[in-house]
This record gives sequence, structure tokens and C-alpha cells, in this order.
Amino acid sequence: MTSLNEEVFPDQASNVPVRKVTIRINGENRSANVEPRLLLAHLIRQGFNLTGTHTGCDTSNCGACTVLFDGQPIKSCTMLAIQADGHDVMTVEGLATASELHPIQEGFKDEHGLQCGFCTPGMMLTAKALLDENPDPTEDEVRWALSGNLCRCTGYQNIVKSVMWAARKINNQAAN
Amino acid sequence: MSLDEIKIGGMGASRRRVEDNRFIRGKGNYVDDIVLPGMLHMEILRSPLAHARIKSIDTSKAWAIPGVRLVMTGEMMASRNLAWMPTLSYDTQAVLATDKVRFQGQEVACVIADDPYIAKDACEAIVVDYEPLPVVVNPVQAMAPGAPLIRDDKENQHDNVVFDWEVGDKDGTEKAFAQADVVSKLELHYPRSHPSPLETCGSIADFDRATSKLTVYMTTQAPHIIRAAVAMVAELPEHMIRIVSPDLGGGFGNKVPVYPGYVASILASILLERPVKWIEDKTGNLISTGFGRDVYLRGEMALRKDGKILGVRMHTDSDHGAFFSDAQPSKFKIGLMHSAFACYDIPAAHLTARGLYTNKAPGGVAYRCSFRVTEAMFFQERMVQAAADDLGMDQAEFRRLNFVRDEDFPHRTAFGFLTDSGQYAKCLDVGLEAIGYKDFLKQKEEAKKRGRLLGIGISTMTEPLGAGNSREYDILGIKMFDSAELRVHMSGKAILRTGAKSQGQGHETTWAQIVAHELGIPADDITVEEGDTDTAPFGMGTYASRSTPVAGAAVAMVSRKIRAKARKLAAHLLEVSEEDVEWELGRFYVRSSPDRGVTIQDCANAAYSNMPDGLEPGLENTAYYDPPNLTWPFACYIATVEVDPGTGVWDVLNVVAVDDCGVRINPMIVEGQIMGGLTEAYAMASMQFITFDAEGNCVGSNYMDYLLPTAWETPGFELHEVVTPCPHHPIGAKGIGECATVGGPAAFVNAVMDALKGTGVRNIDMPLLPDRVYEAFTTRRDISGMPPVKTED
Repeated sequence: MTSLNEEVFPDQASNVPVRKVTIRINGENRSANVEPRLLLAHLIRQGFNLTGTHTGCDTSNCGACTVLFDGQPIKSCTMLAIQADGHDVMTVEGLATASELHPIQEGFKDEHGLQCGFCTPGMMLTAKALLDENPDPTEDEVRWALSGNLCRCTGYQNIVKSVMWAARKINNQAAN
Repeated sequence: MSLDEIKIGGMGASRRRVEDNRFIRGKGNYVDDIVLPGMLHMEILRSPLAHARIKSIDTSKAWAIPGVRLVMTGEMMASRNLAWMPTLSYDTQAVLATDKVRFQGQEVACVIADDPYIAKDACEAIVVDYEPLPVVVNPVQAMAPGAPLIRDDKENQHDNVVFDWEVGDKDGTEKAFAQADVVSKLELHYPRSHPSPLETCGSIADFDRATSKLTVYMTTQAPHIIRAAVAMVAELPEHMIRIVSPDLGGGFGNKVPVYPGYVASILASILLERPVKWIEDKTGNLISTGFGRDVYLRGEMALRKDGKILGVRMHTDSDHGAFFSDAQPSKFKIGLMHSAFACYDIPAAHLTARGLYTNKAPGGVAYRCSFRVTEAMFFQERMVQAAADDLGMDQAEFRRLNFVRDEDFPHRTAFGFLTDSGQYAKCLDVGLEAIGYKDFLKQKEEAKKRGRLLGIGISTMTEPLGAGNSREYDILGIKMFDSAELRVHMSGKAILRTGAKSQGQGHETTWAQIVAHELGIPADDITVEEGDTDTAPFGMGTYASRSTPVAGAAVAMVSRKIRAKARKLAAHLLEVSEEDVEWELGRFYVRSSPDRGVTIQDCANAAYSNMPDGLEPGLENTAYYDPPNLTWPFACYIATVEVDPGTGVWDVLNVVAVDDCGVRINPMIVEGQIMGGLTEAYAMASMQFITFDAEGNCVGSNYMDYLLPTAWETPGFELHEVVTPCPHHPIGAKGIGECATVGGPAAFVNAVMDALKGTGVRNIDMPLLPDRVYEAFTTRRDISGMPPVKTED
């Protein structure tokens, strides 16, 4: 039995093996006792209460569950929580600082890069990984980088513009 | 000094969205994000077979798993009279199967457990003994003599026909065909497609024994309709039911129907007296919830040699799956299919429609569509192209010749709709100019000489958006109006609630802009709330592009009621009679002395602190809006493509969209809707469909098999606008959300067919997968229409 609901159900059966994992998530070490089969996405959402990471498809196709794993975008619905033990994970909640949005967040708002918002966290994290590696991408490079993330609302054109907007802002900040 | 409307975020401002502030921070509040104390988790066991008798269900192993709280089967539901529920179209649907299963993925049993993983384990431990029955997977099989009877649960149902329906003028149409110089024919299939919002369906039912109140957080586009349905099904009084639709991760029509999972979670919560959460997985969503389309259409057009259309005849056979559960206005069995050809001046038309049960999941939901207009407009624009080709006329000129002219409004269509406004020829001209029509035709001819196949496709249409009016439109007898409630606080800030429900359309942003336009209160000072039936006024929800035409109109009307009362307060404050008070945006002033004025905020303050004798305190009101007519936006979509004759692969070269949706509240949001719609149009034309094999297995039950376009495949779009205000809408707006999905597919298909012109190929059914295009091109044969009676494996 997973320990995610321990506080709610202290009397749960204990015949299921659990393992302790410690993950550095958005810069903070968090630990949990988890069933080996628990998906990372579920630990993030239900265990750590970071519900900005969404699960859209269960098959690694939609990318709504994208998080940065040691800086690389991965689909957290197809990684086990125990595989993340000892690693660094960044979710959408880690993008902004207390006082400031990340330029990618600003770009998505300014260029109308989202409608229902469900794909947005995954899109933004994929975009962050792209811009970390390639600060000045072409439109085609942005489209290719985002091709593992589905959006059903926007038609992508404004998402691409949002990422380009962020790239410009980051580059301008770096130049000043 | 009048306010600058754009600065206060009024009409016409591309105001950045309010809801984004939470979404970009990962602070959206979708159903699965909600956690209630003591909450349990429900999982559904689905049928692996499309048609089978249930001989027995053994749940003992499931009950034995630690952490399992409840296992529910059809038999148990039946003992509470809940095995079947009414649908939104006067049919019934099984909640949990009792006698037999009728489609693959149908709900058979539910497990409620402490944890979703345990619930899933327990579902797998349930043993169901099925006796397979012959399967019906398309209308031809459904109509065949001796076809297995799918709905043997219904008294007096002796075949698989859901409805036979007709509309139009049969005799007049026959006369038109008798006078025709040329008769063009077309037969095609609009394939089954799933709206597939990224977020699946789900609910959290929370029944409180102490108060007898049931609260359900759920993924619904129409919370008040759901409340009415739950009241019926669960036999609870309405005031003891609260439906809350929080942030929705897309809807597109998929979240209108009542699904068995909702009902099962409600019963489970009542039985266990604990909150019960059900979150569907993607496969569950794709194989069991509301599909769109799946209509076989055939028709013919009577033409005069000079290009004038004299009449149209259409027949549809629609595949509704095992239960007729899509919400259609009750008077129109095949939705607004008869809005086809509304932008053309055609003297006579006749439509016959037959709906059929098959062993597939319930279909026919309005997938980004006003009740079947997507199929109607697709057929219309494919038929128009075929007719122009048959006459040897230019695509654009044939359309222009037959358009309803600007001076002919209001115009009664051959099927009886009243279109009221538009500049069809102008929109076409803007589109042709933008795409470089004449140059492209030259390029096409030159390319042809070098063996390259270029094509251009045009799609022009007007469609009826914003049901209803209450005379003609209702769902389950509830008339299709909508509502808004506005409360202006003492400080002049306000909260607005409506009966609509945003799924990404940005109502929190745009509704405030309408209030700003009407009252001069800055949009940033207005909070917008939707989706909670305990607080929102009664409305029919958001689908069929009806929010702006109906709820948006209610927002304007309630603002005007507030302004009327504020005028009394202003007169009191200015110490003049009401007749001497003039209004400009945000301010009343004395007509004879314009410098003497009070702001709307001053009036709000007075409503609570300084009202005249005899005037009711407060500044709040509600408006219910029953539109006099539908709104009729017009669109012209043009696509150019190149087809590779060696592979059948086609690439989009350019896409131009000209939309006339009347006055635009927020141009940025309107353009976002159009681009999203064009993408779904491209998806439908190129890749997005769900097929079934001969046993009724759904092929396309996950995103590896159900292809949706990514940023890589999706073409870029060039948008243009023409503005013809709606004559009856209070702010002149028309619907827009679905226009591109409705009108777009024909532009892509017409472009590919144009590239193949001269090969003898007249139609290829969507999606235009490369192998289909290649096959049609090499065999010079159509790929279209009805399947054979025996489907090959």
C-alpha cells in the first residue's frame, strides 16, 4: 500500500513493500515512502501536492506531465517514483521566484499561448529545457522541441510565439 | 471626459487573460487537483467485448483485497433502480451493464478503494463470464435484414433505427431537379472522431449525511443541465444538489453528456458517506465517452447551365453507437444538419436523416460544433466543389454567383432558417486576395507541366451559432436561454456570474470586458465566476459556440439594468431629474452642465450609503436572455497544398482564414479560437479518426493509435477579418469558437481534390492519409461512402 494517504488512513494494510525515496524538488529535499510501482507523476501530484503537473494520456504522448529531471524534460507519467530517488526534479511550481515570473511564463501570457491551461506546465518546462540549451532558437527548432507536447486548444502558433518572446527577453536580459 | 475604453479593458481590447495568472503558475484547479478529507477512489471495469450477454460476475476476489470499500455491479444498481439513466436525447443508457454489454469499453462494474492503485487491482480481480453476440459496427450492418437487435432492452424497439426524420420541401425539390440542366452527385463519410480534450472526464461526489446535501465536483460544460439530470436519476431535490465545474482541461463537446462514471461515483458516495473521486484514464475516455461525427452523407444538386443552384437533396445515415446520448435540441433529430447550404441562395431543399444504433460507444456529440453543422458544412463545401467541377466553372466564381447577397438579408433559407447579416462576397474577396488566387492558379498550371501536383481548396460557410431561441430550442424540455448576475460593490468593484462555463475560452477575461463596455468599470475591477450551481444563475452551459451569443448578451443586458438604476442614483446625487442626466462611458452628467457629473463608482457608493427615498438599496441584478435568433458568422477558409504523386503525402503550403464573427470583444482571444479550430480542421482532414474492427474493437484507444497533430505537423495560419455586426445581439457579436473546425476541413480536402483534378478522382474520405491519396491517385477511383455489408478484417 502506498503511504501517500498515511495521514488519512493510518490503519492501512502494511503487507505491501514500500521504499523511501528522497527527491530534490524545486530546490527542496522531499522524502516519501512509496510503493515501487508508484509513478513519479502521482508522487508529485498526490504525495507532494504539486498539482501543476498534469497527467493527460498515460502513454508518454501528450507531455502534460513533463518535468525537468536533472535539467532534462521527461514525462513523469512513465517514470517510477523510485527511479527519481536522489535526483533533481523541477515542476511548473519551480519556474517563478517569489517575486518574479519566469520569462517563459510571461511569454505564454503575453502571446496568448494557452487556453484551457492543461498542457501549459509541460509546454513551459519543455520550452525551458530548449532555451537552456539553445537560447536563440528558430521557429522550426521551437516546433520540433515542442513536438512531444500536445495542445488541443491553441493550434501551437501562439505557443511558438510565446517561446520566441521568452527567448528574446532572456537574451535582452543577458545583454544588459 | 469620457474614459478610453481600450485602457479600461473594454470591448475591442486584446486584454491579456486573467485566468492565465493561475495557469502559468501551475495553480489551476482541475477536478483531479481537488482533495477532500477521507476521500476514496473509484475505478471502472469496462467490457472487452462490443456485444455480449453477461452470464455472471464474480466480485469475491475484488472484495478480498485490503483497502477495497465497495464493489458495485449492474445488479446492485438495479436493486436501487439506477442501472439505467435517461440521456439528454430522450433515450436511456446503462449505468452499469445488467443484461448485456453493447460496446467495447462499456461500464460493467466499479470498485471504490482507499487508493486508486488498489481500485485498479481490484477491477482486474473481477471475473465476468461473457457470451459473445454478433456485432454491428456500421449503419449498413445495422440496417441489414436479420441484423442483431442491439437495444432489446427497449419495448417496441424491433430494429436498430434510432430515428427517421425529414425536413425541407420534398415536392419543391423534385420540381427543381426536373428543371435541372446538370445534376451533380456526391457521397462521402465524415468519420468518427473523438474530441479528446487533454483532461479526461472525472468527478468527486461528496454526500453529506448530516445535511443530506450532495456536492459533485465534475468535468462538465453544462453544470445546471447536470443538476437537472442528477435530480432525475438520483431522485434528490435540486436544492440538495450542488454541481461545481472547476477549471476544465478542454471540453469540445466531450464534457456535455452525463456519463455512467458520474452517476456511479454519486451512488458510491451516498452508500459510503465519504467523498468518492473518479478520474477516467485516457483509454476510458477515448473508448467510452462522446464521439463526434460518424455520418454517411449523400446528396445531389440540381444546377442550371449558367451555374445557378436550383435545389439540393441530402440523405444522412448517422451512427449513434449503442445509446442516443448526445445532447441535440429535441425538435431536431440530426441536430442542425439542415443548416447546410445556408450561405447560398437555393430555392428548394430536402433532407432525410436516419439514425442507427451500432455496437460502438455513444456518438454524435457536438465536437466543437453546433449540433451536426460540421458534417453539414463539410458536405456543403465538398458538394459545391463537385458541382463547380461538373459545370467546368471556377470554384470561387461558382460560390460568388450563388451567395446570398448583402442586400438580400434577412434571408429565409430553403430549410427554413433566417439568416440576418453578412458580407459573403467581401469575405471571399479578402481571402482570394490574401492567398494570391490568380497567381496560384498560374503556378499550379506551370507546376503541372513539371509533374508537380498543386491544389487550392476553398470553403465558405455561414453557420447557426448560439442556440436558441426558446421557441425552437430546448434540451430535455429546458429552453435554451442563458443568464448573468452582476453585483456591484460599494466601491464600484463588481462580481459577475453567468450560466455559461469556460473550458479555455477565457470568459473570466471577456465577460469583464463587456461589463467595462457597458458601465465603464475597469475590467480589472470585475471578478467573473462560473460553474457552481449554488451561486451561478441558471444557464445551459457552454457548447455549440453559444456563450457569447447567449450568455454574453445576458452580461450586456444585466449591465444595462445596473446602469438604469445607477442613473436614478446619479440624478439623486446631482440633484436633477433623471431626464436631465446623460451617460458617457463610466459617468453620468447634467445635460445642461457637462462638467457636473458623477462616476459609476460614485453611484455604486450611493447605492449603499446615500440612496434617495423610495429607492431599493443595493446595486445588483440578474438578466435572463432568450435570443430572438441564432447568430450567423461567416467564414472563408482557403488552403493550398502540394501532393506528392509518388507517395500520396500532401503538404500544406498556405492557409488563409477570413472570419466575420461580428463585433469582436477581445481580438486576441478570437484569433486564438480560430487558430485552435483550424488545427482541429487540419487534424480531421489529415490524421484524426478512430476506427473499429469487425469485432467492434476500438482501434485508436490511446494517443499512440489516435493521431493528434503536434506543433511540428500543424501549419501556420494567416488570419483576416471582416466585421458585420449581428443585428439582434446587444453588442453585435456572433459566435466564433467552432467556425474554423466546422468550415476548415473542406478547405484542406478540397485543396487535395483540386490537386488530383483531371485524374477522375472525385472524393477521398477523411482523413486523407497518404495511403488513401496514393491509392485513389493510382487506381483513379474514389474512396468514399458506405462500407460493404461485410467488413473485411
